[in-house]
Amino acid sequence: MINTMECAVDAQSLISISLRKIHNSRTQRGGIKLHKNLLVSYVLRNARQVYMNEKYAEIYRMQQYEEVMTVCNEIQELNPLDLVEDCEEQTADCCGSANESASLCGALLPVSHQAPSVQHLQPSSACSVPLALQSEEVCKAPEPSFYRSCCAEAYPVSNCDFSPVNSMHCNKTTVLDLDTHVVTTVENGYLHQDCCASLQQCCQGAQSPAKKRKLDFGYYVSEIEEVPDFTPCKRAKFEDSSYASTEPLDTSNISNLISIFGSGFSGLVSRQADLEQALNGQFCSKQALASLGAWTRAIVAF
Amino acid sequence: MVSGAGGGGNDVQWCFSQVKGAIDDDVAEADIISTVEFNHSGELLATGDKGGRVVIFQQETENKSQPQCRSEYNVYSTFQSHEPEFDYLKSLEIEEKINKIRWLPQKNAAQFLLSTNDKTIKLWKISERDKRPEGYNLKEEDGRYRDATTITTLRVPVFRPMDLMVEASPRRVFANAHTYHINSISVNSDNETYLSADDLRINLWHLEITDRSFNIVDIKPANMEELTEVITAAEFHPHQCNTFVYSSSKGTIRLCDMRASALCDKHSKLFEEPEDPSNRSFFSEIISSISDVKFSHNGRYMMTRDYLSVKIWDLNMENRPVHEYLRSKLCSLYENDCIFDKFECCWNGNDSVVMTGSYNNFFRMLDRTQRRDVTLEASRESCKPRQVLKPRRVCAGGKRKKDEISVDSLDFNKKILHTAWHPQENIIAVATTNNLYIFQEKVN
Repeated sequence: MINTMECAVDAQSLISISLRKIHNSRTQRGGIKLHKNLLVSYVLRNARQVYMNEKYAEIYRMQQYEEVMTVCNEIQELNPLDLVEDCEEQTADCCGSANESASLCGALLPVSHQAPSVQHLQPSSACSVPLALQSEEVCKAPEPSFYRSCCAEAYPVSNCDFSPVNSMHCNKTTVLDLDTHVVTTVENGYLHQDCCASLQQCCQGAQSPAKKRKLDFGYYVSEIEEVPDFTPCKRAKFEDSSYASTEPLDTSNISNLISIFGSGFSGLVSRQADLEQALNGQFCSKQALASLGAWTRAIVAF
Repeated sequence: MVSGAGGGGNDVQWCFSQVKGAIDDDVAEADIISTVEFNHSGELLATGDKGGRVVIFQQETENKSQPQCRSEYNVYSTFQSHEPEFDYLKSLEIEEKINKIRWLPQKNAAQFLLSTNDKTIKLWKISERDKRPEGYNLKEEDGRYRDATTITTLRVPVFRPMDLMVEASPRRVFANAHTYHINSISVNSDNETYLSADDLRINLWHLEITDRSFNIVDIKPANMEELTEVITAAEFHPHQCNTFVYSSSKGTIRLCDMRASALCDKHSKLFEEPEDPSNRSFFSEIISSISDVKFSHNGRYMMTRDYLSVKIWDLNMENRPVHEYLRSKLCSLYENDCIFDKFECCWNGNDSVVMTGSYNNFFRMLDRTQRRDVTLEASRESCKPRQVLKPRRVCAGGKRKKDEISVDSLDFNKKILHTAWHPQENIIAVATTNNLYIFQEKVN
């Protein structure tokens, strides 16, 4: 886990600074310095890792909140078909992409069919975040109908927490393909190792192992009061090995990346302020937020 | 009196001896000192700068009537070693900055040194001329040919003394063997070969042969996108001509034996320290990159310098922090590029003390036997002859004591990257940005 305590500059700024250094090195006298650029690429990788972790957690928290609120609403008016549209709207706002709504809709549709499994929110939308951070060649538009589970290895942990039955059940995920309406149940593993490798496959729409979810409707009805105590912000560590082959950035994409990062990630975090308000500290306790990396201010010496 | 071969750093009181270089604060880029090296006897001290020049200082013979005034170093020779070049194929300018100078052991009256920039290594011969032949029959003293009809007698030309002239001439140019930037050269103890290392490869040369070199280490991956580390420094063992060591940007050092195979990609021994997970930060990879590696004179130890510490290795490893107070500043140091500064380190003559530079024109001496450290400063303010250097202290946090300097007041533009220790005496050469300070042991 990267200790971000000492850094007043956040991951986003570090990414911009690093890209600027790489860009400047191309015009430096004496040619591009391989050693320095390699070291800068490590900082870039580390900052990106932290940034992505934060994004996942943010989106997950957001989706957890959305799900619970939606379920609460469902309790009152049991009309799942209307719900689909609602959730589509909300998740589109949250995640900045209509594609992501598929996951939530997928999550909730089985309700109407009385599917017995508990379905958890999968942050497949989280997948779109790192994908956008990659260079555009690597990542095509994510397939909307498939659940992409490749990113959030933390989430199996929270799956278990939501499950009302004992933990041996929480390793199964049910996935609904919205196009074919095929429901598949698979076992999930810890995918952090596969994350980067499978990212590309994700992009190409390959069948990736989907995370399991269970939706036990009954759980929510009876245990809704306990939900606020749960802090869904736990996340397992992203192993460094998930980025085992560190690549210095392909220089031909640097200009693209600079413009992406230079815009301050505004496209990716459009609703961040709203979300934080909405969350209102309800489902993500202060401790959980702190665990994402409390920034202490370093004394700036210059 | 000289107390043996460079004794303990903390029994010794250091005092100012000389400073060379321009006084004004406006530093010309070409004057930035990029390497400092004593020769094997310590009589000569060479510096290289960013402008491609080499300046050699010579120690004056001791003045017996004034033993407390240890001999001074005066300019002996200055020459332009490298010029800027342009690689037309890659549209790259090649900097003339001298990255390293290494002296060859003296074999005859002349002195030889190797100097290198990013791409080309040159062997220079520095020789003295203090007499010249006079009395030629066919030529005048100024070189004009005499009119043959005026020659009526024969005479034998004789050597007559002249003012000392020191000439530097390039004897060999070792070029076109490195695709990446050369960071190290090291002369073998066999006095016939030397190695040169760039980011990805190490080549072995024979001093007499310029059109051929042998590649002995190649860490370039098949796919450059898989690159995870580069070579940062390399050195031959001082006595074993088959052994050399190279350090990497990942903080590892590899000991290689050239007898094992032609290509020494497989190391004989790997030295590394596992990372402390509690210290992990955005900059962990940068600060663990080794900037210098040096064998001790006796060949039993190796010393490495990374951004925050000096490490002394044999089978165990002894970790000596240099400026640990910088750990909380890494973010700022990354922004202003100081985190990429490559500090060198050196041993004293009997391997009991090591020295390395820091910021604010501070340099550190770490005594191995007594496990004590001292921080000293190279400053124009302590420039009175034989003025004793006062130990400096940096206050990392909390209340600043009198005479301490706080971390925030450190001047990160004043860095000491290059230091050298006389091989036999307690005389040190410390290079600030564009000045060379010479300090010596206080003699009572």
